[in-house]
Amino acid sequence: MSGKTSRARSAASVDWPAAIYRVLKSQRVRQVSYVPDAGHKRLIELCHADKRMAAVPLTSEEEGIGLAAGAWLGGERAALLMQSSGVGNCVNAFTLAANCKFPLLMLITMRGEEGELNPWQIPMGRATPETLRLGGVRVFRLDHAADAPAKVSAAARLAFEDCAAVAVTISQSLIGIKSFEEKP
Amino acid sequence: MSRGLHRREVVKALLKDRSGLLVVAGLGSSAWDCAAAGDHPLTFPLWGAMGSACMIGLGLALAQPKRRVLVITGDGEMLMGLGSLATIGAQRPGNLAIVVLDNERYGETGMQETHTAHGTELGAVARACGFSEARIVRAVAGIRAMRSGVYRGRGPLFYQVKVKQEFPPLVLPPRDGGYLKNRFREALLGKRDLAD
Repeated sequence: MSGKTSRARSAASVDWPAAIYRVLKSQRVRQVSYVPDAGHKRLIELCHADKRMAAVPLTSEEEGIGLAAGAWLGGERAALLMQSSGVGNCVNAFTLAANCKFPLLMLITMRGEEGELNPWQIPMGRATPETLRLGGVRVFRLDHAADAPAKVSAAARLAFEDCAAVAVTISQSLIGIKSFEEKP
Repeated sequence: MSRGLHRREVVKALLKDRSGLLVVAGLGSSAWDCAAAGDHPLTFPLWGAMGSACMIGLGLALAQPKRRVLVITGDGEMLMGLGSLATIGAQRPGNLAIVVLDNERYGETGMQETHTAHGTELGAVARACGFSEARIVRAVAGIRAMRSGVYRGRGPLFYQVKVKQEFPPLVLPPRDGGYLKNRFREALLGKRDLAD
């Protein structure tokens, strides 16, 4: 979860976390919950620094689905940040989106993809897209940093305007591979 | 007859003359108790997503800081979402109260014992997570102070209410999640676009 990552060269030039943050702002997202991931570090910091956003650390990812439902009941928009390992924790809570049509916007950094050095991350990483689809969640894939504004904006509009459950899975090649050689 | 309060009387006392109170009801008996006290557009009863009640309450409390928010749930539902007490403790919403109707049983599945029958003190957990007040209510005399906390106290507040192991007549709330969501938003936010 924490620890330094060696960034892929393609990601170095585009500040995609800041681009996502700007989309969240323009979409009037006021509650951002998360279980941390190194790939979300900068976005989490940007949300915490924003006095008009409630940045809510969770003990487990499914809490964020309840939080988003409550926010919507109260007239606010929410987003949920996690890494792919957290998707399995969410499955039963997807019923809130499926039954009540609560908007659900999830931004998911991928583990277990090409170059993953921790084999224990691979099963959930591989199962993530199918798990989301089986849970009724529409999946957008973000492979290139430059696509972040358009993809996340489209996902957010779908979530909030169509009351849909939508996930953007963020490629591990974009985030970088966690190295176990460096000290955090 | 088991010890403790009658759950329906507790919930009725909490929801009487509720004015602007926003209520989230955990799945199972707690949702039936809230329905028995009178179906209300500003009650959001859960039929699933076990363990989510308190987090829905938190999202609502953060979105509506000027309104009072009450989560009414059971011990089994609370145990599944125990981590949410830590999450709420970290946010410290001043307008959120949680009432757990603790019969020490999973009432919907055959009355199997929950962990509260074996020593788990939910109030102590809430206190350790930073709730401003966490009490165990065992007698009718405690209901009044609890009600006062729910409507006026500085949150987050937590009340673990020991209730009897009993099955009052089933009173079911509406089951259509979309309807429950939309009527809640319309009652709270007015007739603005329901998809905004």
